Amino acid sequence: MSTTIIWTIAIISGLGLLLALTLFLVAQRFKVVEDPRIEQVEKAMPGANCGGCGFAGCHAFAESAVKAPDLDNHFCPVGGNETMKQVAAILGFEIKEKAPMVAVVRCNGTCANRPRINEYDGSLSCKVKASLYSGDTLCSFGCLGCGDCVGACKFDAIGMDPETGLPVVDESKCTACGSCVKACPKGIIELRNKGPRSMRMYVSCVNKDKGPAAKKACSAACIGCGICAKACTHDAIVIENNAAYIDYAKCKLCRECEAMCPTGAIHGINFPKPLDKEAVKARVQERQKKEREAAAAAKPEVKKEESNG
Amino acid sequence: MDKILVSPNPHLHSKTTTAVLMRDVVIALLPAVVVSVVFYGWKELLVLAVSVLSCVLIEWSVTKYLLRKPCTIGDWSAAVTGILLALNLPSTTPWWVVLIGAIVAIGVAKMTFGGLGQNVFNPALVGRVFLLISFPTYMTHWVQPQGLFGVDAVTGATPLGVIKEGLMQGASVPELMAGHGYSYSQMLFANIGGSAGEACAIALLVGFVYLLVRKVIKPWITLSILGTVAAVSAIFWLANPMQFTDPLFNLLTGGLILGSCFMATDYVTSPMTTKGGIVFGIGIGFITLMIRYFGSYPEGVSFAILIMNSVVPLLNKWFHQKKYGRA
Amino acid sequence: MARRTFSIGGVHPSDAKISRDCKIEVLPIAPTVYIAVAQHIGAPAKPVVAPGDKVKAGDVIAEPGAFMSAYIHSSVSGTVKSIGPRQDLSGNIQTVVEIEVEGDEWKEGIDLSDTLVTDIPEDPKAIIEKVRLGGVVGLGGATFPTHVKLSLPPGKKCEMLIINGCECEPYLTSDFRTLLEKGEQVVVGTALLMQALGVDKATIAIEDNKPEAIEHISGIVSAFKAKGGKYEGIEVLPLMKKYPEGGEKQLIDAVMHRQVPSGCLPIDVGAVVDNVCTALAVYEAVQKDKPLVENSVTVTGECFPKQANLMVRVGTPLRYIIDYLGGVPQEAAKVISGGPMMGKAVANLDAATLKGTGGLLFLTREQTKRMPESSCIRCGKCSEACPMGLEPFLLRRLYKAGDMEALEANAAQDCIMCGCCLYSCPAGIPLLDIVSQARGQVMGIMRARAAAAKAAAEAAKPKTE
Repeated sequence: MSTTIIWTIAIISGLGLLLALTLFLVAQRFKVVEDPRIEQVEKAMPGANCGGCGFAGCHAFAESAVKAPDLDNHFCPVGGNETMKQVAAILGFEIKEKAPMVAVVRCNGTCANRPRINEYDGSLSCKVKASLYSGDTLCSFGCLGCGDCVGACKFDAIGMDPETGLPVVDESKCTACGSCVKACPKGIIELRNKGPRSMRMYVSCVNKDKGPAAKKACSAACIGCGICAKACTHDAIVIENNAAYIDYAKCKLCRECEAMCPTGAIHGINFPKPLDKEAVKARVQERQKKEREAAAAAKPEVKKEESNG
Repeated sequence: MDKILVSPNPHLHSKTTTAVLMRDVVIALLPAVVVSVVFYGWKELLVLAVSVLSCVLIEWSVTKYLLRKPCTIGDWSAAVTGILLALNLPSTTPWWVVLIGAIVAIGVAKMTFGGLGQNVFNPALVGRVFLLISFPTYMTHWVQPQGLFGVDAVTGATPLGVIKEGLMQGASVPELMAGHGYSYSQMLFANIGGSAGEACAIALLVGFVYLLVRKVIKPWITLSILGTVAAVSAIFWLANPMQFTDPLFNLLTGGLILGSCFMATDYVTSPMTTKGGIVFGIGIGFITLMIRYFGSYPEGVSFAILIMNSVVPLLNKWFHQKKYGRA
Repeated sequence: MARRTFSIGGVHPSDAKISRDCKIEVLPIAPTVYIAVAQHIGAPAKPVVAPGDKVKAGDVIAEPGAFMSAYIHSSVSGTVKSIGPRQDLSGNIQTVVEIEVEGDEWKEGIDLSDTLVTDIPEDPKAIIEKVRLGGVVGLGGATFPTHVKLSLPPGKKCEMLIINGCECEPYLTSDFRTLLEKGEQVVVGTALLMQALGVDKATIAIEDNKPEAIEHISGIVSAFKAKGGKYEGIEVLPLMKKYPEGGEKQLIDAVMHRQVPSGCLPIDVGAVVDNVCTALAVYEAVQKDKPLVENSVTVTGECFPKQANLMVRVGTPLRYIIDYLGGVPQEAAKVISGGPMMGKAVANLDAATLKGTGGLLFLTREQTKRMPESSCIRCGKCSEACPMGLEPFLLRRLYKAGDMEALEANAAQDCIMCGCCLYSCPAGIPLLDIVSQARGQVMGIMRARAAAAKAAAEAAKPKTE
C-alpha cells in the first residue's frame, strides 16, 4: 500500500521535474533578448496602439524610440508631453514640448445650411459615397455624413450629431492621433492647435468653388471673399482656391475675422464671452477707414490706380 | 418625383430575401409537420406549438432586452429552429422540457454567438442534444404512432434502438429484423417509433424536393451524406451481415433523412462551397455510421452534424470557389 | 444544340426589354450641346477650338492627349460658346465644350447616304488610322479607344474576333435595335475589324432572348458569304441568356471556352471583343468617313410613359432627351445612365450624354430602393453568383479587417463590378460597394509595387553596366 503511494508520488514528481526542465530548456533556447528599455518605454505609453505616432503600435514606437538618436521624430499624440517626458527620462533625451492638438471638423454644411438635392442609397461609408459621386448636396467639398471618421476613432471622441448631420469632436477625449483625418475622403478634418484654454479660431469650410456657387450650395460656406484676410492684423489668414485658411501659429485669437465674415464660416470656440459681432465689426471698419485715409493722404496716386483697376 | 435616389450599381435586387428563404424552409417542413400531427396526435401539436412559440419569444426578448438591437424574428429563422427542434423530439416530451430545449437552442446556441449567421452549431441540434444528455428518460421514451386522437400511448423503442439493444444481448441483425417485423415500406411511409420528424421519410423528401425546386439549397450536402452512409454501411454489411445492418435500413431509419435534408443543409453551419459541402457530408455520413455501429448511442446523426459543424470554418478555409482565369 | 454560356456564376434578372419593339428614332438636335473632353478610358482629349469658333458636325474639337486617348468631334454645327468646367452626371467637374447649335451642317467629305459600302480596304493600318481619326471608342460600356485595341502588341496574334451582341443588361435594347435595323452595316463593320486585326474568324454572339436578331443577322451573314474574303469567316452564335454574358471575360469563356488569366488582356488568349455598336461606328468611320458623333440610347422603364430607342447626338443634355419624351414621371425615383446592373445613377439631370451612353432607365422606389442590411446568413449565394468565382462574403470580412494581403490573395482585384453579388444577397449586404473599395485599394497597392519594382530595376541597371 505505502509503496504504491510512494511510487505514485515519485512518478508524479519525476514527471513534473522532467516537464519543468523541458520548459526551462525550451525557454532558454528560444529566448528573445530585448533591450529592457523597450519594455520600460512601452509601459510609459498609453497602450492604445492607435498608430497616431506613425508606428504600428506602442511596442513598435518603443523599439524605434530606443534606437533613435533623438526623439525629434517620435511623438505620442495620445500621451502628449507628459508621456514624452517620461519616455525622454527613460532614454536620457531632451525633448521639445509640443502644443497639444485637437481634431477640428471644417464643415458648416448642416442639414439647415446645406439643402439635400438627392438621396444617397448606397452603403453608409464616406469612401463609397465619395467614389460614387459628388454628394447629396450641391457642395462637392463638404462632409458626406456617413461617419467614416466615427468608425476610425479608437477613443470614442467623435460622433455624428443627428440634427446637423455633421461629426462632432469631443475634445476631452480627442487625442489628436489623426485617424479621423486619414479616414475622411474629403479632407475636412484637420489637426489644429488646441489653443490656450482650448480657445481657437478656424474656418469651418473647405469649399473651393467660386463665391456664388459656394453660396448657392451652402448658406454658411466660405465664399473666398477675402474680407477676413483684409481684416486680420496678424497676417494669419490666407485665401487659396476660393477658401480662407487661418494659420493657427499666427492667430492671436482677436476674433475680428469671425465678426467680419459675411457667411459665418469662421468659428471661434470656447471663448468665455460671446462675440459682440456688431461692436467688433464697427471697430474693424473704423480702423480700415482710417488706414485707407492715411494711405490716401500718403500716396494719392495709389488710390487712383486702385480705382482704375 | 422628389429627391432622386443615387447609389452604386446594381440598381436591381433579387426578390429572394432572408425571410423568403426561411419561409420556404418552413413551407418545406409543413408536410412533415402535418404527418407528425396525424400520427402522434394533439400531444405532438402541443410540442410543436411550445417549441415554435418559445423559440420566437426567446429571440424577441434577447434582441429587445439583452442585445438591444433591432428585432430579428421577422426573418423566420427562429420559427425554423422551433419546428426543427419539435420534429427532433418525441411527442411525449413534457412542455417544460421543450421550453428548456428552446432556451438552449435559441438563447445559448444562437443568440450568444450574435444571432442568425453567427452561430457555429445548428441551434435546433444543440437544443436536442442538450435535452438528450440532460433528460435521457424523456428523450428515449418513444411512442408508437397512435393516430390523431389516440390516447393509449404504446411505448416502444426505435428500430435503431432495438437493434443496438439486441446486438448487445447477442442476437444477430436478421433475427432482430424478422422478430420485430420491420419492413422498408413501413419505414418509408410511416409508423415506426421515433421522434416526430423521423416518422415519415416521404414527407421529409417532399419538403426537400420543394427546397431544391425553389433553389433554396443545393442537393450536394444531402447526397453526399446519404451516399456515404449507403457506401460505408454496404462495406460493413457485406463483410458481416450478422453484426451490421444493411444500407437501406441505415438510410431509412432514425433521423438521417431529417438531418441530411434539413439540419446539415442549414446555411449558417454548413460550408460555403460545393466541394466543402461534399467533404462535410462525407464526414457526417461516416461519423453517423461509426456511432450507430460502435457507439453507445443507437443514433448518431445529431452528434455527427454537430461535430462536422465545428469543422466548417476549416472547410471554408481549405475549399474555395473555382476562380475565373486562375489555376 | 446545348445552350452555350459562360461557366462560372451569373444571375438571371428579369429581362424587362419593354422597348424592344420601338424603332430607332432620330432625336431632334438640342439647342445647346455639351461635349466632354474625357469620354473614354485614358487621357482626356485636348480641346483645339476656342470660344467663338464656328464648327460643323464632324469637325475635330479635341485631339487625343496621348496614345491611350481619342479624338472628340463636334456632334452639331454651331458656335463654340465656352470651354470650361461643368458637372457630369455624378456631379463631378469635367471640362466640357459648349456649342450653341445653328442648323445642321456636316463637315465636307462625310457620306451621309444610306448606300451600303461592302468593299473592305486592303491595308489594316489604313483602317486603324480611320478608326482613330473617327474617334471610335468601345460602346459596350467601357469606352476603351478602339484603335488601341486594334493595334495589337508585338508578338500577339488574334485568333478570333468576337462581336458582342449579348446586351445582357435588362431593359436595354439599343444593341438589339441596331442589329435589326443596321445589321448589314454591323456585318461590314465586323469584316473591317477582322481586316484590321488580320484575323479570319469572327463570331457575332447574341443571347437567345433575341431570336429575331439572331435570325436577321444569320440571314445577312449567309448572304454576305458569297462576297468571299473576310465575310466567309463570320459566324453567328446564339448564347443562353445569363447576366453578365456581355462581360468581355465571360463572353470569351462562352464563345471560345478560354479564360483570360488574371491581370492579362483578351488578346493574351487570342481574342478581341467589340460591341455591335462599335462595329457600326467602325463601319461609319471607315466606309463613310463619319466620326462617332451620335449613338443609340434606349430610354425606358415601367414607370416611363414612352419607351424609345433614340439616335442621340453626343453631348445632348439628359434633360432635353427626357423632356422630348414627356418629362420625368412622378413615380420615378432613380434615373440610371446605362443598364440597371452596371449603369450609373444620375445625380445631375443637366449632365450631357457621352459616346458610351447606351440607355436612360427610370426605376421606381419599389424597384430600386435597397433593403435594410441584415446579418450575413452564410448562404454563399454571392459566391455562387460571382462570374469571376470570387467570394464576396470573404472579401467583405477581409476588407473590414483591413487585411490587404489576404484580399490580394483572394483576388479582390479581379472583380469586374457586375453587381451579381449584391443582386443576389438575401440579406441586402452592400457587397459590391465594399468589394469595389477593396478592389481599388488592392489595385493601388499592386501598381505601387510594380512601380517600385521598376524603379528598383532601373536603379540596379547602371551598377551592372
